[in-house]
Amino acid sequence: MIEPVALPAPIQAVLLVAVILVQAVVLYAGYGVVERVATPLIEMITDA
Amino acid sequence: MEILGLTPALLVLFVSFGFMVGVLFGFFGMGGSFLITPTLLILDYPASVAIGSGLAFYFGTSVIAVLKHYDVGQVDYKLGAILFVVLSVGIELGSRLVFGLEALGIANLVTGVAYVVLLAGIGALFLHRAYTLDDAEGTAEDVDDDIPAIGQQIQSYTIPPMISLTSGGRASLWTISGAGGSVGLVSGLIGVGGGFIRMPAIYYLIGTPLTAAVGTSLFAGLFSGAFGTFTYGMSGSVDLTVVSLLLVGSALGARIGSASTTIVDEDDVIVYFGLMMVFASIGIAISELANWLGTGALDLVSVFLLVGSSFAVALLILYQALAAVGRDDARMRPTTDGGDR
Repeated sequence: MIEPVALPAPIQAVLLVAVILVQAVVLYAGYGVVERVATPLIEMITDA
Repeated sequence: MEILGLTPALLVLFVSFGFMVGVLFGFFGMGGSFLITPTLLILDYPASVAIGSGLAFYFGTSVIAVLKHYDVGQVDYKLGAILFVVLSVGIELGSRLVFGLEALGIANLVTGVAYVVLLAGIGALFLHRAYTLDDAEGTAEDVDDDIPAIGQQIQSYTIPPMISLTSGGRASLWTISGAGGSVGLVSGLIGVGGGFIRMPAIYYLIGTPLTAAVGTSLFAGLFSGAFGTFTYGMSGSVDLTVVSLLLVGSALGARIGSASTTIVDEDDVIVYFGLMMVFASIGIAISELANWLGTGALDLVSVFLLVGSSFAVALLILYQALAAVGRDDARMRPTTDGGDR
């Protein structure tokens, strides 16, 4: 388990929410970029 | 050897399980947190951590769903805001109940039994839907659900104060509070996002149109997921490592699952999804039985039924999607005489 540093519980909980929010946005955007790059590559390979 | 406090086997299990859950729920349009909490319970996580992590996973998937459906159509923001408040009160009460049950030493048992009933119920609903789809094919009848009598009865209550809805109707604040509070209580008690009960509650009990119910449910769910994560996070009952690994797999799986809906017919796999839920329910029941008997011998069977059945149905969707893509490619490939097949 990733142990947060010793901060008051409400601050830790807010940070936790923020970390999950940022992680979800990054994953959504990251996989979107991968999809945009990979799709033409796959089509190029299969058409060759 | 441990990475981030987990064995490599568990690490791979969480990412791949997240991926399979993402495929399933990207395809069927649900959050999937109701498979996460029971899996963590079977893996011997304390009930509060399993529930807190399930809610945090739900929050992460909600953020992705909102980003994907940024154009959610109609959202009744006033209703969404009221629902957020009553859902949060329900979640808070549910979480307090869990900590109380933990103090009594029966939280895992109560949560486990609740999941057995919940998953069996969802499984039965999907099997019923598969059965009615078969009937509809034979009779060509419209299978759209009408609002049941009890829903119409509840919608007819006009106990003040009445709230004006964006769609033009009006609903009693008591109805909204009762429906939202109950859904929140279930969410907080067993760690599910509750989208599969929240959206029908808004549609059937409060009486908003279907498009507004979907958008408003998503809007209220995002904030209640954040509140649930905050509530359990306050007591350190969210395993961020597990949630992060699950989200890494789930975000990719959800993309593939939702893309598969355009090439795989839902009717072809809906019966397997229903069976998966029933198997998952049996898996949790076996786990509870094993705990009661004080033996770990049945744990492998529980994990196999719960995780294995999810993997099997997700792989079936992926297989059907790949087969459909292969068929399309074969049709599009030009023949030797210059035409398409």
